Amino acid sequence: MDIEHVAKLARLKLTDAEKEKFSKQMGTIIEYIEKLNELDTKNVEPTAHVLGLNNVFREDAATQPLTDQDPIKDSPAHSKGHYEVPKII
Amino acid sequence: MHRTTITQARELLHSKKLSSVQLTEAVFARIDAVEDKVNAFAHLMREKAMEQARAADERIAKGEEHPLLGVPIALKDLICTQGSRTTCASKILDQFVAPYNATVVNRLNAAGAVIVGKTNMDEFAMGSSNENSSHQPANNPWALDRVPGGSSGGSAAAVAAHECIAALGSDTGGSIRQPAGFCGVTGLKPTYGRVSRFGLVAFASSLDQIGPITKSVADAATLMNVIGGKDPQDSTSADVTLPDFTKALHQDVKGMKLGIPKEYFTSGIQPEVEKAVQEGIRTLKSLGMETVEVSLPHLDYAVATYYIIACAEASTNLSRYDGVKYGYRSSKSDNLVNMYENTREEGFGEEVKRRIILGTFVLSSGYYDAYYLKGQQVRTLIKQDFENALEKCDVLAAPVTPYPAFKQGEKLDDPLQMYLADIYTISANLAGIPAMSIPCGFVGEENLPVGLQLMGKHFDESNLIAVGHKFQQTTDFHTKQAPL
Repeated sequence: MDIEHVAKLARLKLTDAEKEKFSKQMGTIIEYIEKLNELDTKNVEPTAHVLGLNNVFREDAATQPLTDQDPIKDSPAHSKGHYEVPKII
Repeated sequence: MHRTTITQARELLHSKKLSSVQLTEAVFARIDAVEDKVNAFAHLMREKAMEQARAADERIAKGEEHPLLGVPIALKDLICTQGSRTTCASKILDQFVAPYNATVVNRLNAAGAVIVGKTNMDEFAMGSSNENSSHQPANNPWALDRVPGGSSGGSAAAVAAHECIAALGSDTGGSIRQPAGFCGVTGLKPTYGRVSRFGLVAFASSLDQIGPITKSVADAATLMNVIGGKDPQDSTSADVTLPDFTKALHQDVKGMKLGIPKEYFTSGIQPEVEKAVQEGIRTLKSLGMETVEVSLPHLDYAVATYYIIACAEASTNLSRYDGVKYGYRSSKSDNLVNMYENTREEGFGEEVKRRIILGTFVLSSGYYDAYYLKGQQVRTLIKQDFENALEKCDVLAAPVTPYPAFKQGEKLDDPLQMYLADIYTISANLAGIPAMSIPCGFVGEENLPVGLQLMGKHFDESNLIAVGHKFQQTTDFHTKQAPL
């Protein structure tokens, strides 16, 4: 596994020590999960959901909001009802 | 007083021999006495609980009756409680206060339960030992140098140490049953879709279920009646009739078929643990159940399948922790991407990062078919194994874990060994079936509890409750007290 590439995809900035440790551990874990290749699954349908639910619809009707609390107050940085983030570009 | 079950507490409260305020005070006195040894809680909700207890006493005085009215309950700290912290035992959510209640919390409140606090856990429910907690890890009340199991270790330890009358946990790969087994209490993972996941902080959405951890099967039935049922806020909650689970407490088990999956008794189970489980099966036979040997041929592939699917789902679910909307934000960043990366690096613990990495990898371009799709296909085979086995019997009986509670630190440096601790519990989540852990014996010099696992067909919790309750009427393992 290219640990730096995967960490970048996951937006995780790993330390050098973590990179080394995880690389080794991922090697062992991936070797273990490759035991699934012992099984022939050519004609087996994948299971994403055990109850086989597909689209679940509801009436398009207004209901009470979830909360009387303004969720933006949970943000670590906000101002005048907007989220604040560092420079984007 | 704090040692009562829900059933006993209900009698005392409704006959006015005890008030909810007295019971709740007794529970907090117990917490004050033992919590520094057990660490079962992430944080307490003392003031709110006393308010709820007073309100419950008023409702009782008005003649209201409800099995949970005035009963002190603890919640795993990934179940959202409006106005009180929900930390998931993670630094990234350490100060997070949910703006709404989980559906199960609304249902407990309506039933008049008293919420005493939020219990310790492995960070984001990832772990089998409670050692991945951003708080001090919880300890096993039976042997404080041993783990209580995970990830709902705090809930199981709190029930075993009588720091609450009952608790809720969540189970993604065994996180209710394994700690219940390690702590000598009863734990039920309901059928996927039976209990609403709304307000349960997501780990692996196709596997997660909330369920009760209690001092008896009867108490689990009582809690299931309150928390179960369709919820419009969770589109994956199933629209099936919710039976009165307490009716199953009067059901006879004579003539019912008990399936024994042979693969659960061959893969490295400790002889003493196997003996206790076999003894439990003999007890069920003596109650008139017929045993039949069944096979779950893909058991050996369950852990590998689980870690692909659970980590894949976790890596996407946990992408929401970005330092913008809520939770922790790193202060040492000069641009947005930097901020994401630093926040997640500083905010997540090691096991969470490991699973995000694994999950991101199996979903990444070029590896999706080889790992993720393969995992989903093997999941189908595992699900079919259970369907076939449960055609031949009503309930399956198996061990919960291959060994009793292990020592703190014993498996911490070897993630794969830690994952393999869940070998007997994981497949029920992959198949979506209900499964329960009940105490069936004690082993070794330290007298550590052993669990017997009962598994059933989709939405057939009632049969598990019937069998489990009959077992507890014949045995006294569930009444034994941790030496604390």
